Amino acid sequence: MTQLGQNRKVTVAMRDYRQDFPALQQDVNGHPLVYLDSAASAQQPASVIDAMAQYARTHHANVHRGVHTLSHRATDAYEQARDKLREFINAKSRTEVVLTSGTTESINLVAQSFCRPRIGSDDRILITHLEHHSNIVPWQLVCEQTGAELLVAPMDSRGQLDLEKLYGLMTEKVKILAIAHVSNALGTINPLQEIIARAQGLDIPVLVDGAQGVPHMAIDVQELDCDFYAFSGHKMFGPTGTGVLYARESLLDAMPPYQGGGDMILEVSFAGTTYNDLPYKFEAGTPNIAGVIGLGAAVDYLQSVGLANIAEYEQQLLDDMTRRLADIDGIRLLGTAAHKASVQSFLLDDIHPHDLGTILDHQGVAIRTGHHCAMPVMDYFGVPGTARASLALYNNADDIDRLIDALEQARKLFA
Amino acid sequence: MSAQGLNIDNAQELQELYRELILDHARSPRHFGKLPHATHSAEGINPLCGDKLKLYLDLDDAHTIRAACFEGSGCAISVASASLLTETIIGLSAKDALTWFTAVTTRLTCSDPVKQIATLDLGKLEALEGVRQFPSRVKCATLAWHALRSALQQRPAPVSTE
Repeated sequence: MTQLGQNRKVTVAMRDYRQDFPALQQDVNGHPLVYLDSAASAQQPASVIDAMAQYARTHHANVHRGVHTLSHRATDAYEQARDKLREFINAKSRTEVVLTSGTTESINLVAQSFCRPRIGSDDRILITHLEHHSNIVPWQLVCEQTGAELLVAPMDSRGQLDLEKLYGLMTEKVKILAIAHVSNALGTINPLQEIIARAQGLDIPVLVDGAQGVPHMAIDVQELDCDFYAFSGHKMFGPTGTGVLYARESLLDAMPPYQGGGDMILEVSFAGTTYNDLPYKFEAGTPNIAGVIGLGAAVDYLQSVGLANIAEYEQQLLDDMTRRLADIDGIRLLGTAAHKASVQSFLLDDIHPHDLGTILDHQGVAIRTGHHCAMPVMDYFGVPGTARASLALYNNADDIDRLIDALEQARKLFA
Repeated sequence: MSAQGLNIDNAQELQELYRELILDHARSPRHFGKLPHATHSAEGINPLCGDKLKLYLDLDDAHTIRAACFEGSGCAISVASASLLTETIIGLSAKDALTWFTAVTTRLTCSDPVKQIATLDLGKLEALEGVRQFPSRVKCATLAWHALRSALQQRPAPVSTE
């Protein structure tokens, strides 16, 4: 049990996971690093780094096509990672786990390969006001290409979706609903089960942007009953340049390829080309083999900690941080939904977020400042950007103390 | 004012960045607003950062800057820099103002110490020098100055220092 002080007991039995992460063992500007920017990218545990280094040192070769030993080893390790990911999100089959370069590519794949061929100028694509740019722009592109209209379901001042309005927008013209699991700017956890059930009842396919979902809670795509679920490796303690698109097999079967090239084909001739089986049909070119192996190791790591434990621990840390932030004179919290993941946007007095970020960085505290790739959210609140602190399993009460202290110093400097 | 109360180990650099002069100009920017009869203007935008400003100048026939104003929003560094800029250039010739552009941007971005010393005595603008210890913020300080050059050279497109 970690004691945080009289009223601040974290009751989940969490050991200090900080020591598993090499990057956290350093000083920044003369102070021990406090990393509160996992929502932008999470740090990697040594086991992930070692897995990738080990691969590069001992069994790197191109996958799938070789007959020699190293190629077999590389292929096994790569495909094993895919199996781990399938289990991680409880997909029915490995044919439903497409490996991509990240959430952004995953969403673009669905936009171009699933949506674009099926919609026309009479149709609608439905997203929400909370979305990250990577779940807005791919749909804007499809609308430009097809003449379809983009509909945006509104949010309220707490950062919660207006469900009534969202449901009101779900007409038979809507050909896809694209929605975040968790808002990266505001931390809001959308009530996906209810929303997806509603959409399925109206035959509206649903894509979930799960980038901020997978680091914070156990994901079960069958239970969610979504058609597509996209996420990134680097937000869940894996390396950058990796990600997953989960999609129902029947949909992937019916979709044309996204990118053409090697690996996604069975036979190529100038008379015609046949495509590979799933999921390879959507994996053109040599993949990020090392990255995927690292991502597999990240899955192992997360499962050894336990997503349920992580979720509970983070909630308690979040509650603690929120309360202490709210106590600071002049603080403005943005994103106060009833159900949140451990992300908190805020502003302090008139201090521009970038000035806050610099002052905090100077004290070793890393937060993110700016629009967080969610300009519509910033526009809603009438601000150019916010400061954002995000918590992960390696943060603790001391980190929150340092954040609060650093903010007090900023306030004094600008007073 | 407030920099003295700081309880941080290496506060000096922060104090140099956020000097009283900078904070004062950030909070109460001079010549803030539109200029109705502007002869020259330019926009400066750093979209990744969110700093946005529009600089307005009124030059007479002899190319002397009669008036200068700016509007926009951004971090303390960008606003203070724009404010100090307007104070500096009013009454100067366009040519002298461009010399200041070179002096300021060189001083803030140049890593060659010889080149550094050779620039003008910056006067009040010395206050901006603290930004040299914060490389990610240099673009905030130089945005208004690039807008100045853009305005004087009548370049139509918005300028960015990102």
